[in-house]
Amino acid sequence: MLRIAGTEFSSRLFLGTGKFSSSDVMAKAIEASDCQMVTVALRRVDLTNPEDDIMSTLAKREYTFLPNTSGARDAKEAIRLAHLARAASGTSWLKLEVTPDPRTLLPDPVETLKATETLVKDGFIVLPYMNADPILALKLQDVGAAAVMPLGSPIGTNQGVLTDSMIEIIIDQAKVPVVVDAGIGAPSHAAYAMEMGADAVLVNTAISVAGDPVAMARAFAQAVEAGRTAYVAGMGQRNKQASASSPEKGNLSADLGFLE
Amino acid sequence: MFKPPEFKQLIAETQNTSSSDVERALTAARPTIHDLAALISTAGEAYLPQMARRSTEITLARFGRTTQLYAPIYLSNYCTNRCVYCGFSADNLIKRKCLTIDEAEKEAMILHNRGFQHILLVSGEAESAVDVEYMEAIALRLRDKFAAISIEIQPMSEEHYHRLFLAGITAVAVYQETYDRKMYKEVHLSGKKSDFDYRLETPARGAKAGMREVGIGPLLGLSDWRAEGLAIGYHLDWLRKEFWQTAFTVSFPRMRPAAGEFEPLHIVSEKNLSQLIFALRIFDQDVGLLVSTREEARYRDGMLGLGPTRYSAGSCTAPGGYGSNNTDGEQFSVGDHRSLEEVSTMIRNKGFDPVCKDWDKEFQVKSL
Repeated sequence: MLRIAGTEFSSRLFLGTGKFSSSDVMAKAIEASDCQMVTVALRRVDLTNPEDDIMSTLAKREYTFLPNTSGARDAKEAIRLAHLARAASGTSWLKLEVTPDPRTLLPDPVETLKATETLVKDGFIVLPYMNADPILALKLQDVGAAAVMPLGSPIGTNQGVLTDSMIEIIIDQAKVPVVVDAGIGAPSHAAYAMEMGADAVLVNTAISVAGDPVAMARAFAQAVEAGRTAYVAGMGQRNKQASASSPEKGNLSADLGFLE
Repeated sequence: MFKPPEFKQLIAETQNTSSSDVERALTAARPTIHDLAALISTAGEAYLPQMARRSTEITLARFGRTTQLYAPIYLSNYCTNRCVYCGFSADNLIKRKCLTIDEAEKEAMILHNRGFQHILLVSGEAESAVDVEYMEAIALRLRDKFAAISIEIQPMSEEHYHRLFLAGITAVAVYQETYDRKMYKEVHLSGKKSDFDYRLETPARGAKAGMREVGIGPLLGLSDWRAEGLAIGYHLDWLRKEFWQTAFTVSFPRMRPAAGEFEPLHIVSEKNLSQLIFALRIFDQDVGLLVSTREEARYRDGMLGLGPTRYSAGSCTAPGGYGSNNTDGEQFSVGDHRSLEEVSTMIRNKGFDPVCKDWDKEFQVKSL
């Protein structure tokens, strides 16, 4: 079972709540996905208002509520937003997003590291959104991030896991869970990330803008589960050359005639 | 802290594998500890040539056509431990000697003049002879003359390792000898070394103290070598996760004839040793793999480029042995007696570059 900061999750699919046509569709999609962790942009909700559309919809079920700092341009802004979110919602969970470029929304590594360090000291459970940079992942882990969330490709682009060779290194090295976030546009992308050994994936746009978001949420749930099962089962290596299912021994060998 | 699986379980893991496990491990893009178990297993034996081939490919890709060279300097053979297999064991009636700082410098300068830039300072484990002040004084004396200085002495505290790091020591090697807790107790009769856990935690202390490189290894001949190899894999895996800024090396000392007439409890053949080296290379593409002059010239020549990345050369294992040409009081007798020049020539003849300098004293802050 996936474990982040002492909390266990049986579902390895996390959902974002943006871009849905209505909070009703959002609620149904979340329901269909079986997910247990939902992220909400602080800028989109009024945490102090119990009648808030998104919040009141989410409150009907037991999710780990993961506020995010989407829109913050530097560490200072993100830290301020985080404290406001905790005061209003009571949760210490935080998806840290520091995105100074409003066009690409790519995460700022320097400010993200700074903010993570401070927020961990302030008692937050910090899950930083980051570029797929293995050294940054280790540094975030070192300052106390509860998980790392490297992007597969720029957010909202549906391009899939373009950063796979770097994400592979992050997965191999990290002690904390690795959640692939952003760019996952199809269930096959999610399955691919899970087959690589990602601990979870976070999906938003691909579900919210699908023709049938509820059916798509279910498809993602199935893909994430299939990918995880394949990873645990141990996948065969991809080869450029054909090789027989029942290979004969003796090929591809080295000369060991010198051995005693 | 690192907790290796029970030795019995390690043995079982290397036995519950099939040839299809080995075949999968041979082509795995990111081999796991289970792949290592398969490669080390009896089932893996039949695939030795294929393993050699894969190991060679990886070694070439990651390290190129190069082999690093170093030499040990034995500082002292005083020892307070009684270890049944070791020539330095406190019970053994050998000529004991601890070099003065000046004598140590003289020995070092002999190696320096022969062309060595990487040296390994070795001693028995006796704090009355070799303590942190002594090591610090030697490091400060030698740091400007060598590119890198490693130590293989008694386990120390993190604080002492840090002092030595600041004095110019680059790397620490500390071998667990055996990961078989029961056997460990049987062969380490008394002395500080008889504490299995303190020794097991030493590589982590060295890494925490800032050492650039930490070396681990089993003494082959004490217990089941396949299980020892798997334990090394687990240890390496744990160390890499905890200390991502540290480089790691593994040595594979096979028991050699020594004073005390101890016979190896488990015979490890050259084929076995090679299987272990190939398996670890396939498991961890970047780990430094050391083969010392314990092994014979024929074996070392044959293994060049197949997995190992670092050789010692022209070694003498007695304190003061380079100046005096006297091997009295040696830890073990070596199997490859060639000089640095001869080993370098062999390496060149095989199309490889013998690398004597692969670090620089300027990397380390001079703050003492």
